[in-house]
Parts: sequence; structure tokens; C-alpha cells
Amino acid sequence: MCRLFALTSKDPVSPMLAIKALDVMKEGHDGSGMGLLLQDLGGPFEEMKEAPILSGIFSEEGIRRLDLFMMDKGFLTKYKITLKVPKKSVPGIPKRDLYLIRAYELPEDWDTLEPDEISQRLMMILLKIREMGEEKKDMMVFSFWPDTIMIKEIGDPMQLADYLGLDRKELNARIIMAQGRQNTNYAINLYACHPFFINGYCTMTNGENTAFIPIKDFLSSRDFPGYMGYQSDSEVFAHILHYAMVGLDMGIDAYKHVITPLQEKDLQQHPDAPFLAHLKRTCRPLIIDGPNCVIGTLPDHSLFMVQDRKKLRPGVVGGKAGLFGFSSEICGLDAVIPDRDTTKDIQPMHIDTAIVSPDRQEVKICRQTEALNLPL
Amino acid sequence: MSSNRSLEPSSLSLNDLPWQIRYSNDRCTLCGQCTAVCPVQAIELKVFQKRMVKISIQQDTPHSNQYDTFYGIRQKTRVENACIGCAMCTMVCPNDAIAPVKNPGLDRLKFHINQKGIPRRRGGRRNSSQSILDRIKFTRISMLTDPALDAGRHEFEMRTLLGRVLSPRENMKRLKEKGWIPPVREIYPLIIGGMSFGALSPSMWEGLQMGVAYLNEEMGMPVRICTGEGGCPPRLLRSRFLKYVILQIASGYFGWDEIIHAIPHMKEDPCAIEIKYGQGAKPGDGGLLMWHKVNKLIAAIRGVPPGISLPSPPTHQTQYSIEESVAKMLQSMSMAWGFRVPVYPKISASSTSLAVLNNLTRNDFASGLAIDGEDGGTGAAYTVSMDHMGHPIASCIRDNYLNLIKIGKQNEIPIFAGGGIGKNGNLAANAAALIMMGASGVQIGKYVMQAAAGCVGTEEDRCNVCNVGICPKGITSQDPRLYRRLDPEDVAQRIVDLFISFDTELKKIVAPLGRSTSLPIGMSDALGIDDHAAAQRLSIKYVV
Ligand code: SF4
Ligand code: SF4
Repeated sequence: MCRLFALTSKDPVSPMLAIKALDVMKEGHDGSGMGLLLQDLGGPFEEMKEAPILSGIFSEEGIRRLDLFMMDKGFLTKYKITLKVPKKSVPGIPKRDLYLIRAYELPEDWDTLEPDEISQRLMMILLKIREMGEEKKDMMVFSFWPDTIMIKEIGDPMQLADYLGLDRKELNARIIMAQGRQNTNYAINLYACHPFFINGYCTMTNGENTAFIPIKDFLSSRDFPGYMGYQSDSEVFAHILHYAMVGLDMGIDAYKHVITPLQEKDLQQHPDAPFLAHLKRTCRPLIIDGPNCVIGTLPDHSLFMVQDRKKLRPGVVGGKAGLFGFSSEICGLDAVIPDRDTTKDIQPMHIDTAIVSPDRQEVKICRQTEALNLPL
Repeated sequence: MSSNRSLEPSSLSLNDLPWQIRYSNDRCTLCGQCTAVCPVQAIELKVFQKRMVKISIQQDTPHSNQYDTFYGIRQKTRVENACIGCAMCTMVCPNDAIAPVKNPGLDRLKFHINQKGIPRRRGGRRNSSQSILDRIKFTRISMLTDPALDAGRHEFEMRTLLGRVLSPRENMKRLKEKGWIPPVREIYPLIIGGMSFGALSPSMWEGLQMGVAYLNEEMGMPVRICTGEGGCPPRLLRSRFLKYVILQIASGYFGWDEIIHAIPHMKEDPCAIEIKYGQGAKPGDGGLLMWHKVNKLIAAIRGVPPGISLPSPPTHQTQYSIEESVAKMLQSMSMAWGFRVPVYPKISASSTSLAVLNNLTRNDFASGLAIDGEDGGTGAAYTVSMDHMGHPIASCIRDNYLNLIKIGKQNEIPIFAGGGIGKNGNLAANAAALIMMGASGVQIGKYVMQAAAGCVGTEEDRCNVCNVGICPKGITSQDPRLYRRLDPEDVAQRIVDLFISFDTELKKIVAPLGRSTSLPIGMSDALGIDDHAAAQRLSIKYVV
């Protein structure tokens, strides 16, 4: 079981907050990796909300190839953060040439493009770089998206944070998602490391998705190039989210209805029964199974948590106006927001979606039995 | 026969027969029950003579003979009376004095069974007990990494969809525009496949229908049953139970006059319409109901004169190309029920199944595809078709499912697998393996006869006389003296037993795999097999 911690804050905060939470929950991860997503950035990136930021790990050769490739596409570097690592290596953390966080100016001829077209193109560029990197093993890229930074590396989270010097102002953010990995099913591979990001949607999961293969087969056959990878069975959670919200134009309240639909009896009683019956049928291959606690974020910077149909994993949401934490264990939350009213902590149950919207005032629980905000 | 007489070519000895009777004279009370019950008159009461030589020890008294006459049972060796191994004689014998034994050597009956130039016809299925399905194991156990599911306690949703499911986007679009959305039924993934009224006896049919109604109405299990090609009794057509029934139409169109005329009087729509184009037991051959079984009732329901054999043509008369005829039939059957009832074809597994499937994907009226493998059973067919024609079900299902994935329609056209599922008794394991290879559900027929009515047929060629109306268990006979042996209530009870225990076993399989929220269709990562070539062919793991 991995450990998850996410926070959403009115003011930008240091990623160290989330890493501290992971450290408290240490017994649940084994140093096989950490993944970090930073969004709604403070610091220098505040001023360039439109500029896509490329996050990844590169070798010297890789960075040369990247520069040529990006130049060729018409992208100019706008700003970059260099993560300086100590000369002395740390056991358990691989030696890399360069951790890249670089914001780009969009090519001029993109000015007239629709937002959808821009997302599509950014995704295609990310996929291309990933493909080039896999070919020569010289680049690994995690996201290429405005206002978004992703850092993934093998090692113990706290050690990594020290090693990479993550406690710096430029990395402060209002949305932080962090995962400490417990390696169980798959060989250590950074592409298998949570969180998973696709076009503004991001999830991380604590669990085992036993319905992985049929879901992967379904997503891979949607004719959408971004639905790929799948080194981890949890990657599909992000893609299902993207498919439900972008592909099917539904709200976050429908996500749960896609991954764990209501059973017949409850479905019949639901105010949107006919719609949900159709949704359940047509999205049947996207039904997840096994124990899973999913934490995710949306392009509008809402943060949410959902559980599997049987609520087999722990998960808690709590905080105070302006700062909320989503944690796989209560001790993680206690470490980061000790002064909250713990009686207001919420452990979402099998039909709940717990959401903190970008105003960060309260935790909203949306039950699957309630009426939906339908696209119809 | 005496030793200096000439032999007929088909004169057989006991040793040439596939089944031999072991009879114990000491225990026999000559009650005559065995000879009365034997469906093929394989045994008869005979007088035997025994000679005892009396040696005299007195010189003046000559040696003498004593002849003793006694009665006993003798097995006939004529081809038409060859024992079929049904063991009804054993069943009725009060003293355990008689039993059939499989000839351990090679029988010669096969070479003579085509008397008068008629090749052997029989019921049952391919005479081979090999099963690739039995060798598939479920190897992806989630227990150690995560909390295990409890088959007895947790909530499981083990249902499937029968009907054309649109892609999520297309479905939403049509919902918005109030366009036509094809009908879809949520049903139990184990379906009782097409066995006609006619092939089955009235007791058997009634028992099946009662069992299915009970499962639906008392147990909340949406089990469905297909009629096979033989129409449907008029009262059932006009009853609310019709919704549990899949009506089959096949190339003989038997009973469809009655069905069409009943449409305006139907209280409920049928579950679905199955258009039979082929059957796994006899690919490329039509249905066959031999004259022995066409009594007045059967004739009335089928709309034919009594006492004649009813061979259905190999294919639908209207058919000259798949594009044209299958599409037309799907459409007209849909239209008959106002586009409210799913209509799907059933074909025999074949290396050409993919072509049919690809064609169906382009037709919104196609609600699914049932594929019947080489081990499918039948009430009557030529042995040569049964034993040598057809395609194994596992690889056919797999190919078709993988093809659907390739075109992204794996959820849109459900594939139903039939043929040999549970033929060695491993029903739930076989069904689960097929589902994880991509089937949306499975159809069973022979298994139902075996489990719910005590059919004694085996793949060692036991019994298999379903075609000629002498079924010793009353399952496939239209002779009231025989089918009275079967109590419909008992059959219904066994149907319920069968489904309930199947359900528990299915959960016992999927729970350790960490599945409970939906039927694990296409969960091929759970499967392994100890044969490298088979693993590759089926795209599953090779495990030893
Ligand atoms: S086993 Fe069946 S066929 Fe053979 S003698 Fe006994 S009753 Fe007759
Ligand atoms: S018992 Fe009846 S149904 Fe079974 S094989 Fe014999 S004749 Fe056929």
C-alpha cells in the first residue's frame, strides 16, 4: 500500500509540507519512489500561467536532443528552475544529469488556436518527447502543461527532498499532490510512479486496480493518443477521469458513477436513473475493482477523493478555511494541519466524492445517490 | 451360430460391441425389469443349458450326464440392438445383478452401424473428453497484497449485458437528440441455450421453464433460456414469463407462424431473438427432428404434419450473402417487436467467425453474437459432423474478442460462448475462463440435461440416443411412457440448485482475483495454462 498526501491552500506553500506528511506515514512506503505534482503555482510561475512547463529527467545528450526538438517546433524557453543536486551521491537515489523544470513560450503561430487544439498539440509534443526518450533512454518526461510541475524519482521522500532541494520558494504551490511508493506489482519504473497527469487532470491512487486489463484495453482503443503508458495499473484512474470529463463532457460528480456505478436497486431510485443506466452500460469496461483510494485534481484546481465500491482503503479529508489536506492516513493530516477541527474530518465512504473547490472554504461531499449536474 | 456356418459381414460377437453386459446369474431373480427398461432391447431372457458329467465309481454303473436347464439374461449382438451403456438395467435391478461395462479393447460396431447405407446419427456431443478450458487456471490472486473479498459476505455484481451497447459518446448523443438507442437486457451470464420443444420432452421443457421462473421471481437472478428451433407453446407466448425467454428462429422457421400471430397478444416482450445460422455440434448442417419424435403436439406447435422427419435446411433460404441476408433478418426481426427486443445471430465457431463479427459491428441492429464451439451438444446429427466438424470455442472467442478490442468495440457487441462448457463437470471454471478471455456470457445445454435431469450421455459414447425418442431418462423423448419418468418439479428444483451453486463457485473464482464490482470480461491477465503453444494462441500466461 502506498501513502498519499495532497493539499490545497489559498496561499502558495512549500512542497515540504506534503513531504513531511509522507515522512510521518513512512511505514507505508519503502523508498521505492516519490511523485510530486505542483499546481496553481506561486513564485515566478505566477506570472506565466499560460506557459506550458516541461517536467522531466534528462541526460546531457537528452537535453541537447530536447533543445533541438523544441526549437524546431518553435518553442522558446521562458523560464527555468535548475534543481542542483549535491556532488556526493546518496544511496538509493540514482544519479541523473538534469532534473528539468522549464517553462516555454508558445510558438507564435499558435496564437490563433482554440484551447482544445492547444491541449491536443501539447499532449502530442509530450508523447513525442517520451517516445524519443524511451528510444535512447536519455529523457523521461512527466508533464508538459501550463502551471504544472511534476517531479518523480526513486528514493525515500524526505531524503529526496533534501537531495533535490525542494524547499525553495520557486516551487511553492497552492495544489500539491505527493505519493510515497510501496513497490508491489511492478518493477521500479518512474513512469509507474504516481501521480499520473493528463491534460490538466491528475490522480494518484492507493491500491490495486484488479480490473486493469479490460480498462486499459478500452482506453487504448478510444483513438486518443494520450491514453497510453500503463506501466502502473493506477494510471487508468487519471485517464478515466479525463475521458469522463473531456470525452463525455460530464462533471466530477459523474466520475464515481463511471468507476463504481450504483447497483440496480439504488440506481432505480436515483433521480437521474435513466441517464445513469445508460452511463453504466456504455462505460461498463471502465468499472474499477479492488481496493482503491483515489485522490485527484481538476483543471479548475478542485481537489477530490473517492473510494472503491467497498471502501477497502483508508482515506481522510480535513483542514480549515484556506487549507485542506487529503491523506491516506490521519497521522499525515495531523502532521500538516494539527490545528484543524478534527471533528470535521471526513472519511469518504463507498458512494462519496469529497471535493474541495478552488475557494478552499469547505469539504463538499457529493453522494452518488444525489441528483447529478448533467450535461444534458 | 455354429462353427461350420457362413458368417454375415456384420455378425458381431460380444467382444465387438462397445458396451458389454456383466450379468450375475447367482443374484438374478428373473424379475424381468432390465429387459423391460432397456431402450434398445439389448438384452433378453434366455434359456441356458448346463451339462454335468457324473463319473461313477461303481464298476457296474456307467458314467452319465446330467443336463440342467436354467434361465438368465443374454446380450444381443445384432447391430441395432447393441447396448448403449445407459445402465438403466443396473438402475432398475433390485439385486445389482447386471451392469454394462465399456469394452476395454477396440470395438468394431463403428464399422457396421451404417446398415442400409444410412450413416450413424445420434444425439450428444463430440466424443472426446479433452478440454482446453479445464486446463486454464486462475493465477492472479490478489490476496497477499490486498484485503481479500469474501465470496459469502461481500456484494457482487455478476451480471452481463445482452444487446447492442453504443459507445459512450454515441449513446450520449442519441440520448440528447432522443434518437433510437438499441435495447439492452441485463441478464445473468449463464444462459440456458437453445433446446427445442420437440427435441426435449414436455416434462423437461416444463421443468426448465419453471426453474427459470423461480430463479427470476424468487431468487432475483435474471436467468434466461432460449427456445431452440421449435417454436414456443402458445400459453407461454402469451404469459408474463415470456420475458425470460429468448426465442430462436432457425432455417426451418418451425413454430414462427404461431409466434408471429401471437405478437399482438404478448403481455411482455421476449428477452431477445436468436437467429440460428449455425450450431457447433454440426456446423453447416441444419436442425433435425426425426419422425419418431414428431407427435401431434409437436407437429401442432411447429406447424407441420405429424410423423415426418423435420430436417431444417443447412442455411436460411433467403441467404445469399451475409451483408444482405443477415442484415435484413436482423432488421426485420427487430422491426417485428418495434425495435424493443435485441436480435442476435448464433453461429458455429469457425475460422470464418471473424468475418461475421466484423460485419455485425457495422450494423446497429446486431445485439450480440453467440458462438457455438465444436463441443456443442445436439439432439440429432450425423456422427461425422459431431466428431469431426467445427472449431474449438476458446481460441474462437479469444480471436473475436481481441478483434473487437482492436476496433474499440469490445463493450458494444457482446459475445456469448457455447459448446462443451462444463463437459467434464467444471462449469464455473470453464465459464469464468471464457468470460476472462472476452465472452460476455456462456450458453449451456448438455450440462443442463446432465445436471438437472440426469442425462447419462458421456463423451465415451454412452447412451446418445436422443435422436430416436427412446431417451431412457425421459429427457428427449416424446413417448409419455418415458417422459413420465421425469417430474418437471424435480427438474425445476435441480435448475435452481445448478444456478445457485454456479453463482457461489463463480464468486469463489472472482473474489480471490479481487473482482466483485463487475463481471471480469476480458480480464485475461488472470489466466494461465501449462501449454506454451496454447498460452501463445490465447494470449494468456504460460505457467508450469
Ligand atoms: S445398459 Fe442400457 S442398453 Fe445396455 S443392456 Fe442395460 S439398459 Fe440396455
Ligand atoms: S439420457 Fe436421454 S438425453 Fe441423455 S444421452 Fe441418453 S437419450 Fe440423450
